[in-house]
Amino acid sequence: MTLQIDAPPPPEAAPPEAVPPEAPESGASESGPALVTTYLRGPDVQLAPAARGERREVDAAVVVSGLNVYYGSFRAIRDIGLSIRRHAVTAIIGPSGCGKSTFLRTLNRMHELTPTARVEGSVLLDGIDIMAPDVDPVQLRRVVGMVFQRPNPFPTMSIHDNVAAGLRLTGRVAKAELDAVVERSLRRAALWDEVKDKLRANGTSLSGGQQQRLCIARALAVDPEVILMDEPASALDPVATLRIEQLMAELRASYTIVIVTHNMQQAARVSDETAFFTMGEDRAGYLVEQGPTSQIFTNPKHQLTEDYVSGRFG
Amino acid sequence: MATLTPVMDRPVAARLVRSPADRRRATVDRSMRGLALAAAIACVIPLGAVVLFVTLKGAAGLNLDLLTKAPRALGTGGGAASAILGSLQMIPLATVVAVPVGVLAAVYVNEFSGRRSATAIRFAADVLVGIPSILVGIFVFTFLVLPFKQFNAFAGSMALALLMVPVIMRTTEEILRLVPSTLREASLALGVPMWRTVLSVVLRTGLTGILTGVMLAVARAFGETAPLLFTALGSRLVNVGDFAKPMDALPIFIYVNARQPFPALNQQAWGAALLLLIVVLAINILVRARSWGRRAA
Repeated sequence: MTLQIDAPPPPEAAPPEAVPPEAPESGASESGPALVTTYLRGPDVQLAPAARGERREVDAAVVVSGLNVYYGSFRAIRDIGLSIRRHAVTAIIGPSGCGKSTFLRTLNRMHELTPTARVEGSVLLDGIDIMAPDVDPVQLRRVVGMVFQRPNPFPTMSIHDNVAAGLRLTGRVAKAELDAVVERSLRRAALWDEVKDKLRANGTSLSGGQQQRLCIARALAVDPEVILMDEPASALDPVATLRIEQLMAELRASYTIVIVTHNMQQAARVSDETAFFTMGEDRAGYLVEQGPTSQIFTNPKHQLTEDYVSGRFG
Repeated sequence: MATLTPVMDRPVAARLVRSPADRRRATVDRSMRGLALAAAIACVIPLGAVVLFVTLKGAAGLNLDLLTKAPRALGTGGGAASAILGSLQMIPLATVVAVPVGVLAAVYVNEFSGRRSATAIRFAADVLVGIPSILVGIFVFTFLVLPFKQFNAFAGSMALALLMVPVIMRTTEEILRLVPSTLREASLALGVPMWRTVLSVVLRTGLTGILTGVMLAVARAFGETAPLLFTALGSRLVNVGDFAKPMDALPIFIYVNARQPFPALNQQAWGAALLLLIVVLAINILVRARSWGRRAA
């Protein structure tokens, strides 16, 4: 799906791969590319006039529009519209409590685990509204995988079984094939060389950084299109963090990645696109602006963004 | 070191001098500590006394005859085989019935129910744990003995199961609550269905703890007497496999033989008591040793 987004003329820093070729396996173009215009503003955000009317074309894997998330009567997220570029890393930054994680969790309907949570609006994944009642969240989560803040390998399972868990517990794969998937996933997660001799060891026997890469391998094993990462390196030391970031740079060739991070340097290092959220006076989080990472960090359109990325706020 | 001498005229030094109130506090502290220690010892003494007493009295009675021979005519030897075999039949049946019910109830309360119904169910289970076991016996008597006009081992098993269910449910639930929600999320985020997540991640992670609860419930069932008096009744005959007939059990055997005017039977009761003590202690020690081993690892 091709998408047009309001944006200033691409500065010289705009990455040349801003318009990647349509991925043939994505299945997005069955109904032909649709032109969707999304507005990058929350209700009380004024875009600079210069930014209006300027567009750039983006191949979006996910298009969110009019998204509100409520916990009971409390609105946690207000009217978010943004698009997530295919086979790129989109970073979501913003101060604590502005709904970044809540937003991320709606993208594979993990918010439904919170009994009071309720969603309005649409989230189109390759043109299909994943909030529709006939979409099974169990199937959705095989397409939109997730990596959590703290490494959470299954403590009762070996390294091998952790990676195989997604396939085995859904009962779809023969054993011989399983071993191949495990190896491929561990290789992709850059963990294979470290664990190939101890696949039967417990997953929790690994170091924190290795455990997180194990969790990434586990998510890759079910062959997702989109990977959501909720502060995946915040519990890790700098060296392990670097390895995760390198890994993301490799994975973006094959997967659409959305990462929530508190670490602005990290967002600047790893992401192609950045969306800045903040919190309104009603404590609801909203999107201030989205754009190419280089632009958000060097030439943001909105004062709030500039204050945040320059460290004057939050 | 040697050059440092206390300087008593400094303000801090003066404040560190003990006042009479401080000395009083220290005395109170010592005596309260002593009291607490005495209370702690008082808790341990009964266990030690029971173990010692039953061992001394029962050692002579616990022999091969007791383990292998059926009871015989009054006062003329024989053993507790009927009771041992009875306990070994009724308790497994009770366990087979109680474990699925208790574990599934815990799964429902912890994974699926709303907060209000969870509280209600939890409360009911707690009350059931505290209900006198003789009431459970009468209850089962009404429904599984009276209609058949026959004391029977099946009723005994069901009475034991009824006592085991709330224990298993509560221990399982405590364990399931300890399973981090991040593991459930990890599994669900892989597209694993909820039922499979509960089975292969939640229950699997809590398995050792659940087994502990089951073992403790089994140990409790071994010693229950009152609910069996109304149901399985006890028997001098070795009953293997006929759950429609009365069946003996260790605690009933102790109860009956201890009341006989024959020293030989009293001796058998003590022997059976020691056997029961060994079984219950063994289960408890086994369970604790497992959890100690886990903690050390």
